[in-house]
Amino acid sequence: MIEFRMPSLGADMEAGTLVQWLKKPGDPLKRGDIIAVVDTEKGAIEIEVFNDGVLDRTALQLGEKVPVGTVLAFIRGVDEAAFAEAPAPKPVGVPIPPAAPAPTPDARIEAPGPATPPERRISPAARKAAQELHVDLSSVEGTGPGDSVTRADVERAASARRVTPMPATPPDRTAAMRAAIAAAMSRSKREIPHLYLATTVDMSRLLAWLAAENEKRSIDARLLPIALLLKGVAQAVVEVPDVNGFWIDSGFRPGTGVHVGCAVALRDGGLVAPALHDVDRKDLDTVMRELRDLITRARAGALRSSELSDSTITVTNLGDLGVETAFGIIYPPQVALVGLGRVVQRPWVFDGRVEPRPVMTASVSADHRAVDGRRAGLFLSAIERWVQKPETL
Amino acid sequence: MTRAEIEAAVLKALAEVAPEVDVASLRRDAPVRDQVDLDSFDYLNFFVALHKGSGIDVPESDYPKLATVRDAVDYLAQRIAP
Repeated sequence: MIEFRMPSLGADMEAGTLVQWLKKPGDPLKRGDIIAVVDTEKGAIEIEVFNDGVLDRTALQLGEKVPVGTVLAFIRGVDEAAFAEAPAPKPVGVPIPPAAPAPTPDARIEAPGPATPPERRISPAARKAAQELHVDLSSVEGTGPGDSVTRADVERAASARRVTPMPATPPDRTAAMRAAIAAAMSRSKREIPHLYLATTVDMSRLLAWLAAENEKRSIDARLLPIALLLKGVAQAVVEVPDVNGFWIDSGFRPGTGVHVGCAVALRDGGLVAPALHDVDRKDLDTVMRELRDLITRARAGALRSSELSDSTITVTNLGDLGVETAFGIIYPPQVALVGLGRVVQRPWVFDGRVEPRPVMTASVSADHRAVDGRRAGLFLSAIERWVQKPETL
Repeated sequence: MTRAEIEAAVLKALAEVAPEVDVASLRRDAPVRDQVDLDSFDYLNFFVALHKGSGIDVPESDYPKLATVRDAVDYLAQRIAP
């Protein structure tokens, strides 16, 4: 029996609310099938399963908000017998309780016994604090000598009580998303020693090739420069795989596949960076079609779980806003982020002559724990090289 | 199509890509991209929507000729007229 758990949909997700089951017990499941819809600050996310099998039973009620890692359902192998007694589904994960437990890092885990020993000592300072802070002393765990209750224990209990329970549905998705972005970006800047490199790329070949190509295409089949640039980034990643993957537990874990997170600004504020899978292996038409679909669904709040959890590198493109150079913050636990700027006409020396050319600044922010300047520089040069041969993208 | 119908088609296409915008209040003689936050995908989608609404496939090289609502109406009126 496989436990199917609430997936982590990015470093900034802590919990999700189950809003819909799309499969019922007994239904066959194939890897990639959508089993449920979970509401997060990034919208209603379709949750995919990773295994083939049969949905044995669900372990969570609709409307429950649970932390990442909580068991949502049990999936059995195709040949495996159904769960014998079918007892009342027991939630294996701990639903978020209305009041969070006291997060005492130094709390002692004692052998089971009465929560409040009949005759424990309470220091006068603790009594005073309990009165001031309106804390019920019988609910306070003592950590002082002989399990006596100290002032610190009371203060800890009071601050734990102040932890606001998570509402089942965020009252304001924009605010919730803002908070999630804040958490992820703060973590990134706190933990990741970023290095930043940039180079100016001659875009004349790519744009000329694209203009000629689009001339031949009907309007709904036209390509945008970003489709070519994403493909170029993906090809560069194949050449310098050091930038593709994750920094986890003090080590680099290479990504399996080149899944490019595309930072998409939402119309009412906030952003998401869903993954475009296997960009290196797709032709430009596919990249363009899938990117269009991804942006549309990102803005409609209808992404899939794999799109939120699979990115191995991220690209942010601020060129449309007139930004010339963008140095982004890495999305943890990834190790690199590519920033693309606006295409501008600049004097450019070519064949010993100065001429106006369309150029663009491409940058890379890299995690110096995983990538050195030289490798990051090679990656950037590789992007530049691919941009110079658009016909091969 | 009359000019009024063409303008309605232009505004409808804009409303499709930027649903948060009150298109009726847009200045007709100022560049649309100065008034509405459109990225390159939105811009392409605008031309796709315009194609659906008016039947006119605007070549990429003509995009700059449709910078304002008025320019767009002029351009499309000319393309539609025999």
